[in-house]
Amino acid sequence: MNGEVQTVQQTTSVTVSESRVREVVGAAVAKCGATREDLVPILTEINHVLGYIPPEAFNEVSRVLHTPIGQLFSVASFYQMLSTKPRGRHVIQFCESAPCHVVGGGAVWKALQDAVHLVPGETSPDGKWTLRTTSCLGVCAVGPVITVDEDIYGNITPKQVNEILERYE
Amino acid sequence: MKYYRTHVLVCVDPECLGKGAHDIEDALQDELVAQGLIDEVQVLETSRIGGCSHGPEMMVYPDGVHYVGMTVDDIPFLVEEHFLKGRIAKKFLLPRVEVKDEELSAPTSKEVRVVLRNCGKVDPENIEDYIAEDGYQALGKVLGSMTSDQVIEEVLASGLRGRGGAGFPAGKKWQFCRASKGTPKFVICNADEGDPGAFMNRRVLEGDPHAVIEGMIIAAYAIGSSRGYIYCRAEYPLAVRTLNIAIKQARALGLLGEDILGSGFSFDLEVRIGAGAFVCGEETALMGSIEGKRGEPRPRPPFPAVSGLWAKPSNVNNVETYANVPQIILNGAKWYASMGTEKSKGTKTFALAGDVNHTGLIEVPLGINMREVVYDIAQGIKDGKKLKAVQIGGPMGGCLPEEYLDRPIDYESLAAAGTIMGSGGLVVMDEDTCMVDIARFFMEFIQDESCGKCTPCRVGTRRMLEILQRICKGEGKNGDIETLEMLCKQIRATSLCGLGQGAPNPVESTLKHFRKEYEAHIFEKRCPAKVCKGLIRYDITDTCTGCTVCLRNCPVGAITGDRRKLHVIDTDTCIRCGICMQVCNFNAIEIN
Repeated sequence: MNGEVQTVQQTTSVTVSESRVREVVGAAVAKCGATREDLVPILTEINHVLGYIPPEAFNEVSRVLHTPIGQLFSVASFYQMLSTKPRGRHVIQFCESAPCHVVGGGAVWKALQDAVHLVPGETSPDGKWTLRTTSCLGVCAVGPVITVDEDIYGNITPKQVNEILERYE
Repeated sequence: MKYYRTHVLVCVDPECLGKGAHDIEDALQDELVAQGLIDEVQVLETSRIGGCSHGPEMMVYPDGVHYVGMTVDDIPFLVEEHFLKGRIAKKFLLPRVEVKDEELSAPTSKEVRVVLRNCGKVDPENIEDYIAEDGYQALGKVLGSMTSDQVIEEVLASGLRGRGGAGFPAGKKWQFCRASKGTPKFVICNADEGDPGAFMNRRVLEGDPHAVIEGMIIAAYAIGSSRGYIYCRAEYPLAVRTLNIAIKQARALGLLGEDILGSGFSFDLEVRIGAGAFVCGEETALMGSIEGKRGEPRPRPPFPAVSGLWAKPSNVNNVETYANVPQIILNGAKWYASMGTEKSKGTKTFALAGDVNHTGLIEVPLGINMREVVYDIAQGIKDGKKLKAVQIGGPMGGCLPEEYLDRPIDYESLAAAGTIMGSGGLVVMDEDTCMVDIARFFMEFIQDESCGKCTPCRVGTRRMLEILQRICKGEGKNGDIETLEMLCKQIRATSLCGLGQGAPNPVESTLKHFRKEYEAHIFEKRCPAKVCKGLIRYDITDTCTGCTVCLRNCPVGAITGDRRKLHVIDTDTCIRCGICMQVCNFNAIEIN
């Protein structure tokens, strides 16, 4: 539903061992529950711990919840925050909503793209950054807004972009 | 319990955090320790104080002083002045807000705070603060002295209508759900506030979560439900945290769980978190998401009151609707119905944004007119410019021109003007806004967020967007307006849910009120507001001194000219980025 095309794909740069996946899925199920209604929280938890949902995790969740993989993937691909592609160590999100747009969001967006050379949804080859656009974060009074991982930055000017990104290893 | 003479509430909502609220808080703690005041002054965290765009902010009680815009370096001065010498540090006062005991709003304000009454005043993470402000008294009254029918009667009589946007009478909804056969019944709070620019519900959840919880328990008692869900969007992590703390505290005091207040009535609730899908704000999609499925809408009827979550009778209201309920029970339906118009009672919160002097959250009695909101509360248009339109109702709302400023804000008047109340986004646009561009912008959002289940919304909005994009590029054709109008009608009539049915609103309302702008784009190839890049050109006037600043800054080398001679822009090379205009010191660049 968003511009980001999501596909299940194996990458060589990031691999998560099967035992690790089993451990993460087990922990997520223990935390969220093991019924179909707990699916979104389970996937969110896996996504949070591993940064994305690898194909092995789908197999494992399918086995535990007795639900076909197709249904799991259907749910995972629906929600913007769930990713089936590996993400970078840091996820930069740019709010593309109208209130940020009218206070100069466009220039910040350009500065961001210049800084990391990525298109929305893309992860840098070195695995450091993933650049995404996000829907309204509800902090419209201090737009333009970007977030890096869990940190929120408000009233951003294009000049500040590099300075903010430098804070992340 | 320890007693403090003074409490400082530091606002730590995302906006203030973005401006270093945590650093301010740490500095404040350190300075209080240094001055030996740490046993007298307690520092607490809160959300939503009021001057959202002026953060970081803090509130000092019992003095009721509201400070904004301080930096870490200002803290020693502030602590010395206020906490040591007892003087108000005037330079950090919000210009508009006068020092008052309890109320946050200025006396000139036309605001009435019902839903926002506790925000910034209570520590949202301490249930005792809420109880001290008459919290859970309404619940006691309901469980101790009212039958379910009496509660529904009271809410019906208050005239409270759904604050999520559609405005269906809340009491009626409860009545239907109560009358439905089937158990268990569910009470659901829609906290999936996805409209860009609307953040009223976030502030209530972060600032006064117990009001929502209390409202939900009362609704559950009225309907006969024992289980509830709050569906909160994942973009609001602080709200989720606050809610979970609040629920835990309510449970510990026996206000949630088995046999509430010894009445024999049991109810418990949990928070469900979304995963980033705008359409989940639609009630049937929301329930699908709670069930662990794709959040896609389903056809109504059957309505949720008959067949909702897991096909059981369910009542869905939004945050603001529930937050009103305890006050209605406590002060009576008559009191609530005394505010507002004949058919739209009570107050409504709005998030003011756009080209006005004062942005942020407001709560006004319904029936107030737009002029009062724009010119009295928002203090007029920035830079003395003229107002062009007010966009109300979120992405599925519409744009109202100046002529509508004197009409009341209520459900019926807004519907008659071609827009909706929506959840409360209110964007004011000045004369420099291109209405075709705005329509395109909202259509882009709707197109992006369409879940794709039904064809009119999935394909129809794409076709509309393509036409609008063409018009903005200067490639509009005769017949485009008519095609847009036809698509509007068809999409509205045939879409499954509110998103699709409301999708034509931004286009329809701008076509209705600003048709001339569309015609100028299509037939004269001209953007009257000088916004659409395909229809403007940059020129250099003879005030140019030949300083070469524009020439050096042009990213594509479209500007030529010798030093101290008039420069020229090559229109074919120019990409209309506007940098030359920003850097020119002599106002020599104009848009034609």
